[in-house]
Amino acid sequence: MKTYDFNQQYISKIEQEVALSTENVQVHYGKSHAIFDASLDFPRFQITSLIGASGSGKSTYLRCLNRMNDRIAQVDGKILYRNTDINSKNINVYEVRRHIGMVFQRPNPFAKSIRENILFALRNNGINDKKELQERLETSLRDAALWDEVKDDLDKSALALSGGQQQRLCIARSIAMHPDILLLDEPASALDPISTSKIEETLKLLSKNYTIIIVTHNMQQASRISDYTAFFHMGHIIEYNQTKNIFTAPEIKATEDYISGDFG
Amino acid sequence: MNAKKSDKLATGMIYGLVGIVVAILVALLGYILYNGVPDINWHFLTSEAQSFSAGGGVRDQLFNSLYLLVLALIISFPIALGAGIYLSEYAKDNWITDIIRTSIEVLSSLPSVVVGLFGYLLLVIQLNLGFSILAGAIALTFFNLPLLTRNIEESLRSVPDLQREAGTSLGLSGWKTITKIILPMALPGILTGLILCSGRIFGEAAALIYTAGQSAPSVDYGNWNLFTETSFLNPMRPAETLAVHIWKVNTESVTPDSSVISSASSAVLIIVILIFNLGARYLGNKLFKKMTAAK
Ligand SMILES: Nc1ncnc2c1ncn2[C@@H]1O[C@H](COP(=O)(O)OP(=O)(O)OP(=O)(O)O)[C@@H](O)[C@H]1O
Ligand SMILES: [Mg+2]
Repeated sequence: MKTYDFNQQYISKIEQEVALSTENVQVHYGKSHAIFDASLDFPRFQITSLIGASGSGKSTYLRCLNRMNDRIAQVDGKILYRNTDINSKNINVYEVRRHIGMVFQRPNPFAKSIRENILFALRNNGINDKKELQERLETSLRDAALWDEVKDDLDKSALALSGGQQQRLCIARSIAMHPDILLLDEPASALDPISTSKIEETLKLLSKNYTIIIVTHNMQQASRISDYTAFFHMGHIIEYNQTKNIFTAPEIKATEDYISGDFG
Repeated sequence: MNAKKSDKLATGMIYGLVGIVVAILVALLGYILYNGVPDINWHFLTSEAQSFSAGGGVRDQLFNSLYLLVLALIISFPIALGAGIYLSEYAKDNWITDIIRTSIEVLSSLPSVVVGLFGYLLLVIQLNLGFSILAGAIALTFFNLPLLTRNIEESLRSVPDLQREAGTSLGLSGWKTITKIILPMALPGILTGLILCSGRIFGEAAALIYTAGQSAPSVDYGNWNLFTETSFLNPMRPAETLAVHIWKVNTESVTPDSSVISSASSAVLIIVILIFNLGARYLGNKLFKKMTAAK
């Protein structure tokens, strides 16, 4: 494996409004150091993709952003959201997760009906108005490009849907909470090309109203849908820039090698 | 020997072994049912046991068994549920958890005679409960708790972590996630385990001989006030169960038809347990289908 100098970094500054940023985030799994000094700004209403080899720390970093690592790893550093450090001890993590939603690699709908999958968490957050619930149900399913396929089967079990539909249901479930930011960890890696392109379209549409951060192994996907791209290597963020720059004129040798497939 | 041949041989051997197990089971069940079923009739199921004359039934014993079962489950299920949830969802991997797990394992391999004698010393003598349904139910709880806890823990664990993450990522609290998402998914497994435990309790004799006692005093099935002496629900009365009855009839009975009573009672016991087992499968499957498949 080629070795690269981790001190060679290129992190571009974001000129527009920032939705979320991290400052010197460190993650430890027990004694092993998984993320080193990660400092990034995520632009509002844009799609940012996180790329890098397997084990480079993309998921670990992403899960810090809505405190999903709480019981798993030690996370130090600052994560700023609306001028608040959401990585501090006295933060209401449930509230954080309502603002910053997450979709996982494998679809994980609840063993409930399609309708209940969407409404369950809403009700638990105190939304009981029938009209409001109905409205959110339909809008979220429409936004996730699933409405037309399921509108007649809302009371059927979500587990009877195909993998691609289940994943779109999970996206709908997240956006029904009206989060600000949506985190997605390889949401399309288990899906066929058609489902994948549907999800990509969905994300493109959603980026009008949401800030999206997505982990992907698929370079074409990253270049197709994202505005910004961060390249991870062995726990370090090596390069962060507008996607078009990363894919056409990377600043760092490691990035160039990774993108051209001449890596390791 | 080539792969195909050795595969055939291994398969044949496995079939052979399974065949032996099935044959033993069928022979045992068949023997008990063949001997007992012809003597089961309405009179047998609805009349009192006789000490000296022929023609006794098992009405009280059958009822006692069921009543004890219900009481034992009422006591043990909530405890096991709490312990199971704790072990699967909250317990950290440390030495305390290890000790708890080991204790549960030890407890579950305790011979039921030991549980019975312990129950006798602690409940019947020390706590002055006397030979009573209550003492029996508590002894059965000792006997039942480890397996039930284990079963509930396993059922909860078999729910994928992804479901927990789904709940957490939607801002649900840990408790909400467990009670509203994880527990319903684990329900078919828990139910199956519960019913199988019921079968075990129903057939248990050794733990009850010295706790619930060996006598079945006449009770009034019309008296619903469980605080009166003669009520069939009175938990402080001694209560011989069906399994204990079988044991007693075989060891010390002087009725002329004791062998008939023993085989008929055994058949009743086996049939009830079979019903439990089949019921467990049916209900478990049905619940699972209801949750997963389209309505
Ligand atoms: N729960 C965990 N406990 C201990 N170590 C972990 C855990 N999760 C991840 N790691 C380690 O942290 C490092 C980064 O893993 P991470 O899952 O973040 O990589 P990734 O970039 O998402 O990889 P992939 O593309 O394969 O998903 C790896 O070395 C991994 O072994
Ligand atoms: Mg990952």
